[in-house]
Amino acid sequence: MTPKGRHAAGWWALIIPALLLMTAFYIAPILQVLAISVTEPQPGLGNYERLFTSESVQRVIGTTLRIGVITTAIALLLGYVLAYRIAMSGPKAQRWWLLAVLVPLWISVLVRAFAWVTLLRRQGLVNQGLLATGVIDQPLALVWNELGIVIGMVHYMVPYAVLPMLSSMREIDPRVLTAARGLGAGRIRTFLRVFLPLSLPGLIAAGVLVFIFSLGFYITPALLGGGKTLMVAEWIKLQILDLIRWGLGAMMATVLVVAILATLAVLSRLVNLRRLFGAGS
Amino acid sequence: MSAVAGHALSLQRVSKRYGDFVAVQDASLEVASGQFLTLLGPSGSGKTTILMMIAGFVEPTEGRVLLDGRDITALPPERRDFGMVFQGYALFPHMTVAENVAFPLRVRKLGRAERDAKVRAALDLVQLDRFAERKPSQLSGGQQQRVALARALVFDPALLLLDEPLSALDKKLRAELQEELKALHRRVGRTFINVTHDQEEALSLSDEIAILNHGHLIQVGAPETLYERPATRFVADFLGKSNFIEGEAEADAGGFVLRRGAARVVASGAPRAGRTLLSLRPEKIALLPEGATEDNVVEGRIASWSYVGTGYALTVMTPDLGNIRVHLPAWRIPVSPAEGLPVRLGWARDAAVAVAEDPGSPVPGGVA
Repeated sequence: MTPKGRHAAGWWALIIPALLLMTAFYIAPILQVLAISVTEPQPGLGNYERLFTSESVQRVIGTTLRIGVITTAIALLLGYVLAYRIAMSGPKAQRWWLLAVLVPLWISVLVRAFAWVTLLRRQGLVNQGLLATGVIDQPLALVWNELGIVIGMVHYMVPYAVLPMLSSMREIDPRVLTAARGLGAGRIRTFLRVFLPLSLPGLIAAGVLVFIFSLGFYITPALLGGGKTLMVAEWIKLQILDLIRWGLGAMMATVLVVAILATLAVLSRLVNLRRLFGAGS
Repeated sequence: MSAVAGHALSLQRVSKRYGDFVAVQDASLEVASGQFLTLLGPSGSGKTTILMMIAGFVEPTEGRVLLDGRDITALPPERRDFGMVFQGYALFPHMTVAENVAFPLRVRKLGRAERDAKVRAALDLVQLDRFAERKPSQLSGGQQQRVALARALVFDPALLLLDEPLSALDKKLRAELQEELKALHRRVGRTFINVTHDQEEALSLSDEIAILNHGHLIQVGAPETLYERPATRFVADFLGKSNFIEGEAEADAGGFVLRRGAARVVASGAPRAGRTLLSLRPEKIALLPEGATEDNVVEGRIASWSYVGTGYALTVMTPDLGNIRVHLPAWRIPVSPAEGLPVRLGWARDAAVAVAEDPGSPVPGGVA
């Protein structure tokens, strides 16, 4: 080992205490729980067989993926527009915009879910407003279904979509956009050919972040789904706490973890993840 | 790229104000077809604002911009068909060199074959054909600059606008690229409009220089004219260095004579009378050896001196005319310089020129 290498190894040793702590109190219990998926109720892959045989298991996974994709798409679209607006405004306006984006993050997700319920339920503000103005004559089913879940989740996810996209947009040299127009590209073409490709890393990062969050989301779907639309996290809780089927719950948890790791693995082949999430460049 | 004749541009009484701040005040300028014009001035002089108004990124508050007599004041930048090299080049980092150069052709919807041929020709022109598939980040500063040039010229633009094209390069490379830029201008025969704060660059590149200060266009002319016959104190001071001698003038046989206290300075040119400011270049003053004489002779002592490679830069303290800066080639200096050494300075009567004070002279704490 070169002297420089030994030096580097010395620095790495500093993280050993933290690593041990994480292993003992976090990783080990998780592995233990995951192990239950192949030991309960009897040893074997019986729980995993359900992935292919049980319609209800498949339905839960299908619902989760569908809601995850829809949420991600809408959150990215809204977040992109918002991030674009912020990136294009002056430094002072940027601070206010950013504050407005971040404030929701400081409010408990529980409070926000209930706030949506009051807004969206049959006698809620939205329905009453629409009824009063005569736009509709029957209250719309806005909550306790997939629509409610998507609304609540998008609201939660938009800040997470904005931040990586904004940081990526801020790295774009504004002179490049001026150059595009000076060379004959109109506003739309400048956006499509220059701005969009240059902000793509942020878009992908935001997409990954939001999609992964969506897959394991619990509180919002539990409250706004009204128990009728089940997503993976709530289904796991149901299996373990209500039905005491630890094996099945742990199996689904394992599937969730593997799905997330697989998403990251595929993506790391496509783009530089370390760079995406801001670790060095 | 065939040597198509360039296009003529004219600015007619153009002003730009941002609230109370006047960026450009009543500037009129004619750029003839095929000319290399440089807008020269210190930072904040309005030179970039003028370029941006020509390019269409900044709309004039007053006045018109004409291309070959056609009013283009309201035309957006993408429809002006001007090539532009931006400060820091502004290459598209996600595209290869060839894609960068192809960009203006792509947005103009040229066919693939024609596009490829033009891109190759443009890269040939700047000797970068071997780098077509590289990304801009893999190129040196000088190479990036050439890509920016190729990209700006590939679509046969009516005008080429250059915004401080060489400012990001080190001194030696800058000199090299100056040569290339000049050669390129001769080869493509197009109208070039360049912005710089570097007076040497302006002098060596341009057919014409327009000097700006505090938003005013002060003088436009060939580099020699501007250097030899500066119109105002600012021009004389900004373009090269200058001594200034102020006094009362009266006509005499060969031009006029300027009196300042006990001193008399003779100068050629149109006879004039009254308060006059003379500009005298440091390199037009000689150190007179024993017994020699000149039209103007002033005695003094060397206050300070430094060796600058190409010669000596002296500051001579004279009782009559104050401090005078002198620049001498090393082989032309009859004494070895030392502080306090008494010397006699001499210059011909056609060495100095009368200059005016500037309009909108620097206000203390004024616009930067």
